Amino acid sequence: MKLKYLFKPSTMAVIGVSTSQDNHPANVIYNKNNLRYPVKTFPVNPKGGILNRETLYQSVGHIKEEIDMAVIAVRAEYVPMVVEQCIKKNIRGAVIISGGFAEVGNFKLQQRLVDIAKEASFPFIGPNCLGIYAPDHVDTFFLPGERIIRPDKGNIGFVSQSGGVLVDQMVKFAGQGIGVSLGVSIGNKAYIRETDMLDWFDQDPGTKAIAFYIEGFEKKEGRKFIQRAEKCSKPVVVLKAGKSKKGIEAVSSHTASLAGDYRVFQEIMKQHCVAEADNEYEFTSFCEALSCYPRGIIGNVGIISLSGGHGVIAADACELHGISLPKIDTETMDTIKEKLSPGVRDIVSLVNPMDLTGSSQDSDIVTTARHLSRDPNVDCILALLIPYSPGVSTDIGAKLSQVARNEGKPMIAYVPNEDKYKIIIEGFELNNIPVASSVEGAVLMAKALMRCRPC
Amino acid sequence: MLKKDSKKIIEKSKPLGWVLEPDAKALMKLQDLDIPDFILTNSFDAADLFLKDCEGPVVAKAVSKKILHKTEHNAVATGIFASDHLKSEMTRLQKLDGCENILVEQMVQGLEIIIGAKNDFQFGPVIVFGIGGTSVEIYNDTAIRMAPIKANDVFSMVESLKARKIIKGYRGKPGVNMEILTNVMIKFSMFVMELENDIESVDLNPVICTKDRCVIADARIMLKRS
Repeated sequence: MKLKYLFKPSTMAVIGVSTSQDNHPANVIYNKNNLRYPVKTFPVNPKGGILNRETLYQSVGHIKEEIDMAVIAVRAEYVPMVVEQCIKKNIRGAVIISGGFAEVGNFKLQQRLVDIAKEASFPFIGPNCLGIYAPDHVDTFFLPGERIIRPDKGNIGFVSQSGGVLVDQMVKFAGQGIGVSLGVSIGNKAYIRETDMLDWFDQDPGTKAIAFYIEGFEKKEGRKFIQRAEKCSKPVVVLKAGKSKKGIEAVSSHTASLAGDYRVFQEIMKQHCVAEADNEYEFTSFCEALSCYPRGIIGNVGIISLSGGHGVIAADACELHGISLPKIDTETMDTIKEKLSPGVRDIVSLVNPMDLTGSSQDSDIVTTARHLSRDPNVDCILALLIPYSPGVSTDIGAKLSQVARNEGKPMIAYVPNEDKYKIIIEGFELNNIPVASSVEGAVLMAKALMRCRPC
Repeated sequence: MLKKDSKKIIEKSKPLGWVLEPDAKALMKLQDLDIPDFILTNSFDAADLFLKDCEGPVVAKAVSKKILHKTEHNAVATGIFASDHLKSEMTRLQKLDGCENILVEQMVQGLEIIIGAKNDFQFGPVIVFGIGGTSVEIYNDTAIRMAPIKANDVFSMVESLKARKIIKGYRGKPGVNMEILTNVMIKFSMFVMELENDIESVDLNPVICTKDRCVIADARIMLKRS
């Protein structure tokens, strides 16, 4: 399936633009793309007319230029006809915003649409969706630009069955400085489904981790999805909704009652190293961690902190999430101790979680991180940096990133998410080291890497 | 390929919707899986002879098309050593609803586990493994994997149980023979894949595991409604 023109269009027709309703989804989509995005946009309305001093095309057939992609926001019953026109015009795919299909029981209409599209190999997103958001390129969300918070361009490919969840999650991503390569709301997923999106993102050089919000699969579709995910060269993160047991029928075997729908889903994700996040909060952490580190860990974490309390809080969270804090070799501890500055040498605690105290300097933290990374018992470093102490400089993020790059063991940092500390945060993030805004967030990032471990 | 005999058993059981225990066990035997020595009879003399030949105790169960869950119907009598005990239990079981035969089998002792399968709507056949017995739902210490499974799946399933220490051997008790267990699970998973279109779910519960055997002490196969 060729999806290039659909996700990276140069030209786009927006069908259903209204001359009387400024808030019509098609108008919002037309205006934002026409005014703010590089994609060349053409407004279409069968009745013609003029909008903002521009003439509307009565049909895509009237547009002289070649059109890569169409956004269709007309009433459901007109959609099949419009799709036929798009196919005739040789448009390469569509985003169908319109609702009124399978979600309201109108299965026949949806099937007609699918039949027309399949016969012509005309891929479409939706119906009943928000469509796609590709930062700096195209945005088919019918939400006015000033109302939503958009993440920057980044390397997460995000696919959601729910448009609302997609937008909401993108706000969370933006808040954590996580960027997306492409966000897709697949709605009723009548043509393009999760497995197709795996294909697309797997080959997309701009995507490093693929995230899904999934409500459910069709018959045996889960099997196809997981088989595709297993072959995927990039980490896959999943957030599942619809976990509660709905009116379980009287089951006639132990196995059937033990293996409820969600338990099966959860266990199979684990079996195939798809990182399932337990909730939205984890989802954000998982995406950030796995976009930096595609390979999993066993989960033996070495913690460096500048306060005993933070170390203990992190250790507790690790235990809760099944992450181990291994014993550090005496040799490692001796080497570190020898290299620490005289002011802290006798007051630090080098037992995992390590406490370098508020008196430590940059050099102490860097030395500890370097030698802890070399300890064979540890496969991931958590650096809990509270930048309040006088000895910690604004360069600490960049300096520790260098250590992580040189030593080749994943490092995860915690830095309070305050404007004041942005320079430290960017020191990490611009060097591809994930930064959490809470101690627990850092632990969840380690958990993400553990979920991704090759089984 | 599924053996002809296996297919025959499945076809025969379709009107009932599930496979009677002796037939289910015969299916397992055809897969080269271990089942206890047994005799299917209504004759006390034959059963008594079987008891005397066995070195240890026997179990007697009612075979009835009307009894799917034997425990709930009190259709299982365990720990029978003596002839008179066997006689009284057989007489009692024969009076149960729809009882056709009595299945008398050698009682193997060891750790009770459950090996199950379910034809999941979204994922197709899945394998369930965990601590077995009549209280599985209460403890629910189980792991699930998509079939067909590989040897490393069996290890990871054991590792993910709370009861992993018991399976590996705990407080001087020998653990389960992992090689045999793995072999059983893989064969079972292949069997389930082959019968994907026929079965709804399977309970091998309990499977009695010792340091040198994994014996299927009870098997229930629910068929798809056609």
